[in-house]
Formats: sequence, C-alpha cells, structure tokens
Amino acid sequence: MPPVLVIARLTVQETSRRRLILALVILTLIVVGFSAWGFHKITTVTNSAGVVLPPVQVALITSQLLIVVTFMYSGVLALSAAVVAGPLISSEVESGLLLSILARPVRRSEVVIGKWLGLAVLIAMYAAGSAFLELAAVDWATGYVPPHPDQLILYVGAEGLVLLSLGLALSTRLSGITGGVIALVAWLMGWIAGVVGDVGTGLQNQAVENVGVISHLLLPTDGLWRGAIYAMEPDAFLATMRAAGTVARANPFAAVDPPPVSFLAWVVLWFALMLALSIWSFRTREI
Amino acid sequence: MPEVIEETEAAAPYGATAEAHPAIQTVNLSKRFGRTVALAGLSMTVPRGEVFGFLGPNGAGKTTSVKLLLGLLKPTSGEAWLLGRPIGDLQTRRRIGYLPELFRYQGWLSAREVLALHCELAPLPRSSWNDEITSALETVGLTDRAKDRVGTFSKGMQQRLGLGAALLGEPELVFLDEPTSALDPVGRHDVREIIRGLAARGTAVFLNSHLLSEVEQVCDRVAVVDHGRVIASGTMDELLSGTAVKVRVEGLGDADKAKLAGFGSIDDEGDQLTFTNLKPDRVPELVSAIVALGGRVYEVAPRHQTLEDRFLQLLEEEEK
Repeated sequence: MPPVLVIARLTVQETSRRRLILALVILTLIVVGFSAWGFHKITTVTNSAGVVLPPVQVALITSQLLIVVTFMYSGVLALSAAVVAGPLISSEVESGLLLSILARPVRRSEVVIGKWLGLAVLIAMYAAGSAFLELAAVDWATGYVPPHPDQLILYVGAEGLVLLSLGLALSTRLSGITGGVIALVAWLMGWIAGVVGDVGTGLQNQAVENVGVISHLLLPTDGLWRGAIYAMEPDAFLATMRAAGTVARANPFAAVDPPPVSFLAWVVLWFALMLALSIWSFRTREI
Repeated sequence: MPEVIEETEAAAPYGATAEAHPAIQTVNLSKRFGRTVALAGLSMTVPRGEVFGFLGPNGAGKTTSVKLLLGLLKPTSGEAWLLGRPIGDLQTRRRIGYLPELFRYQGWLSAREVLALHCELAPLPRSSWNDEITSALETVGLTDRAKDRVGTFSKGMQQRLGLGAALLGEPELVFLDEPTSALDPVGRHDVREIIRGLAARGTAVFLNSHLLSEVEQVCDRVAVVDHGRVIASGTMDELLSGTAVKVRVEGLGDADKAKLAGFGSIDDEGDQLTFTNLKPDRVPELVSAIVALGGRVYEVAPRHQTLEDRFLQLLEEEEK
C-alpha cells in the first residue's frame, strides 16, 4: 500500500480506536430519535381552531425545522473537523510520534495528504450517514422529503472538508488547541459575515454585500451552507421568498438562489490551494 | 524559507560501488537556529560496520546532528552523505534504522501493529513481515507483550519497541539517540548486546549518548561534541591514553584546590579529587603539594583514564 494510503488508514484507525466514531454514532442516533419524535408531533398538533395542520403547512414547518436541525449537524461536523484536524500534525510533531515515521521513505506531502484523506473519508461518511438517518426519520414522521437530499449531503460534507483543510493547514505550524480554536472562530466569523452580506443584499448596499462575498472567498463554509439550505427548501417556499424581493434575502437560514457555478469552481480551487499550502508549510517546517 | 527535505533521489557523489562509501560522511555541516549555533562545522567519516559514539553534554548538538543527517532538519551550510547518497534521499532511508531520543509510538496500536506499520513504511516485502516482527520483538524482549496496546507500556518498554522498529529489515546504518535513557540496568545491558550484534553483522551504529560507560563498552570510535563543535575524536585507545589519579583527602579548601590546577583538570567531589590526566611519575609531587597545603591524604589511586575522566577533562579545557 502506498505511504499516503497507509497514513490515511492510520488516521481512520486512530479515530476509530479513540472511540470518536462510536461517540458520534451514538449521539447521532439520540438526536435522530428525538427529532423523529418532534417532527411527528407536527402532524398531531392542532391550530387555534382545534384542527390538525393541513399537509402543506406541515411540509412548510418541517422544511424550516429541518434547516435548523441540519444547521446543528453541520455545526457538529464543523466542530469535530476543526477539533480533530487542529492537532492532526502538530501533536505528532510535539510528541515525537512523527520522527520515526519521517525517517522512513515517506514524503511529508504524503503525510499531509494521507491525513487529509483519512479524515475526509470520515467526514463524508458522517455527512452521508447522519443525513440519511435524519431524512429517513423526517420522512417517516411527516412524509416530507427535501427536494435535493443528494446536494444537501454534498454541501454539508464539503463544509466539513473546508474546516478539515483549514485545521490541517494550521496544524502544520500551530499547536493543536490554537489551530482548532482559530478554525472554529473562522467558521463562526464566516457565518456572521455571510449574514452581514445578506443584510447588504436586503438593503441593496454593495459595500455591505461585499463583506459576504469576500468572506465566502476566504472561507467558503457559509457559501456551502447556503447551498445546503437551498437544497432543503420546497419550491413553494422559494416562490414566496422570491416574491418578497431582496428583503427576504436577509435571513441566515434561507437561500433564494443556489450557489453560482463560479463559486463552486472556486471551492475546488480553494481545496487545492489549502492543501498545497499545508504541504509547503509542513515541508519547510523543521522538526 | 528553504525546504527541510529535498526528498531527492540523486546519484551517489562518487562513482564507486555502494559498499565503498562510508556509512556517514559530513563536511562542515552546520546548523543555526536564529542566533544560536547548534552545530558548527561538523566534519567526520563513519566507516561501514563501525560503532561510532557521539558524546556531549546536554545541548551540545548531538540530537541536532542526527536530525540533520536524517533530513528532519535542513543544514544552514555544509554537506553530508549517508551510505554514499546525499542526506534527504528517500531511497537511502530504506536502509536506515532510527530510534529517536523523543520516542513515541501510536498508543492505540499494539506493539506488533506498530512494527507492522514500520515494515509497511520501510517498505519490506510483506512475506518477510512476520519473521521480521517476531525477531525484533524477541530481540528487545517484548514477545510477551506483542498484542498489548502501546498506550499501556512503560517508558522503558516503549523505548524497547522503538529499538525493535529501528532493527527491522536489517538496516545498514542505525541511529540510536540516547537508546537507554528510560531503561533499567538489565535493559542497558540488553542494548549493549544488541549493538554488539549489529556490529557483528556489519551494521554501522551511530550512538548518541551521554552515558559514558555505555559508549566506552561498545564503541570503536568516539567524537566528543560541545557547543556545536567536535572537541576531540578518535579510537578509544587514542582518546584514553592518559592516567587518572584519584586522591582521597581532607583539609583542603577551594583556594587550596585551585592551587593544584598545575596538575591538570580536577574532578572535585568533595573529599575525593580526581586528576583526570596526570602521569604516574608526578604522583609523589602531587602528594607533597597537597601535604604542603595542609591536606591529609588517605588514599592515592592511579588508574587508567576512563572515558568519563577524559570527557570531563575535555569539557574543562573547552571552557578555559
């Protein structure tokens, strides 16, 4: 097996044996269980007239609640990716664990790519697994399925991969805790900047709107999150939003348009640049 | 910033067969960290099959030298070759074993799995893994703990495991950086036996240590390094040609002891003074001087200079 795959396997193995995967699976099952119960309640609650909600209203409420629940999942994924990626290289440099590995015929780029690959597999598995369980639970409870579940998984997974890439880049130079905290703060600031950009759109103020554009370029997490939201919004809701004009865009839990193709191309380039930066940074680090 | 590892696959610096190249060759190898000089112009040659001791006090530049040779650090200036290839060459690392001073292995793996990982990265043919691992575990005395997680190991056992990893694949050159720092006397004895075994099969060993008795017992040649410079080097016989004289004496103050400086370097341990390089024919003169200073002499024992005597003498001379 090539060294890059050995390192990737080792990363998955470590996460598994440290019981992080088990903890996430148990937590996810608990959340899915509670949310299934909660979503089921939407179909049984009555309005002020004492009658149960019509299917259209159930679907609308479910779609909005699902966005909030997905926000929690993306938060868990972002937090996990940042916390695990932050010390991925730095802790092994500090402990000396990498010394004996780097004395083998292993390139530093192989260590960086291998670790990225290992954690990327776990993030993809978590994004797909948790989304499948949650959507299945919502479907069972309410009969509602978001319009583009496949895109939802891709966008949420990509958000996790962005934080993994940032955390890994920071990990080549900074201590684990510092890198993890910076990645998390960057994620939150990116989300807030996205909201500020939305406010700019609502106010039709180009300067404020640019805050969101620039933040999406620097850290594409919020842009991807908007893609995930768009994938969950029913057509009826989108039509209402569009009818409301620019004011409706000033909402961090709504997206009127899908992410532009140019943004998605930038995300691919961003991954490549961040990985290249990580490799350069680690290759020039003295151990 | 320059790359630490060039990861080259360059040709050997000169055209003879691989076996003709020394195990290690350095020319003016230097390393600075900012203003601190960690290594100042190391030039040395370690032939194949030799056990080479690299001695020095803490912070002398020993570990820096090993890391430079292994490509973990980038030299500020100078050149070096391992087994005839420039340092940083990936293919050379297939033939090298390394036990770091800061030994740490994956705590979530078993000892056998750690060794299998190193077999895979070395890389060794998969068909040989089982024999290699079994042999390494047996050599370092961890056969009974092969399936236990490394996280449950004591420091000494982890160091043994690291030594086992360094032995995999019968390397032509092995770097051992303070290989007995966490071991008990039995473990230290075992390591000496392992080093002798390596030498017997023609493996060159670069032994970083400040445990002088250990070096004295196993090394063919040594270099003493201090403040990043080699202050002495040679075979044991060349280095330990002098005689040390131990004197048990009472009644001498610090000022009196200072007056005895003419008899060479003194290792002062209170009532016991060791003159680390004093010819036997000067012993009567020394005793007369001590008595003249008011000292009461209980014992005078000339003996061959040990490596510790010589080491202390060299460091003292270096400070002057």
